[in-house]
Amino acid sequence: MSGIIGKKVGMTSIFTEEGKNVACTVIEAGPCVVTQVRTQETDGYEAVQLGYGERKEKNTPAPLQGHFKRSGTTPKAKLVEFKSFEQEVNAGDEITVDLFVEGEFVDVVGTTKGKGFQGVVKRHGFAGVNDATHGQHNRLRAPGSIGGASYPARVFKGMRMAGQTGNARRKVTNLRVLKVMTDKNLLVVKGAIPGPNGSYVIVEK
Amino acid sequence: MNHIIIQVEKELVPVQNLPALRAVDTVTVHYKIREGNKERIQLFKGVVLQRSGNGVTETFTVRKISGNTGVERIFPVASPFIDKIVVDKKGVVRRARIFYLRGLRGKSARIKEKRQ
Repeated sequence: MSGIIGKKVGMTSIFTEEGKNVACTVIEAGPCVVTQVRTQETDGYEAVQLGYGERKEKNTPAPLQGHFKRSGTTPKAKLVEFKSFEQEVNAGDEITVDLFVEGEFVDVVGTTKGKGFQGVVKRHGFAGVNDATHGQHNRLRAPGSIGGASYPARVFKGMRMAGQTGNARRKVTNLRVLKVMTDKNLLVVKGAIPGPNGSYVIVEK
Repeated sequence: MNHIIIQVEKELVPVQNLPALRAVDTVTVHYKIREGNKERIQLFKGVVLQRSGNGVTETFTVRKISGNTGVERIFPVASPFIDKIVVDKKGVVRRARIFYLRGLRGKSARIKEKRQ
């Protein structure tokens, strides 16, 4: 699939022709540079590596500086590989939001907002103990039983428990492209995408 | 608000020429209603309770007493269905949002009018 790297700008809403108010997300997408084309012969797989965002040379590790020099570009902040890129591209080519057409559906990958270590009520939507009295003094948000004691005498894999919530890579699929603004490198998609404003996202189609 | 978002809103949402509203103003909202293929205009007259949000996502709440029941309606400022807004009366009050009006009835729900 083809794609582009971008930054989440934020959300707003627009009105459709029928006058419907639609929530949408603005993404600053590209322009990206092809930093490497991986081939079956040299790398064992086919992929296209894109770079997005500027980064100072002094903050770029020497091996990466060489990598960027070989593709003839300035150091980039974010590198992402796309397997089976639909267009024919060469290293140094520029990819812009022109890749997308208004009305088509795209998937957006991002890192969700981190919530830290959370209990089962927030993390999995457990109800907790729905009673503050009748002997409950400190287990209002407790998960309850996690399984039988003598049989199966173990906890099943995948048992929903407390733990790190958020800050995970997530993909939202089938978001309609409402607007492509080529001059400003902006993409407006319907609905919400993962992550805080300003975070890196990958838009795939 | 992010300057890019402001630009996008400017480009994608047509600007409505609305009068400067404030909470406490008495307004008549001329609202287009589509019934089948026909379009007609409905009036909603009441007191503005609050303005909320910014940019094109800004809304304002209008409260009126219908029969004996309070009815509140929230209008998006950028809504294409708003035909026009007429400010009937300007009020004077010392806060930005006048939710206290919900608890008042009759004489006590009067608002001091702004002198020109």
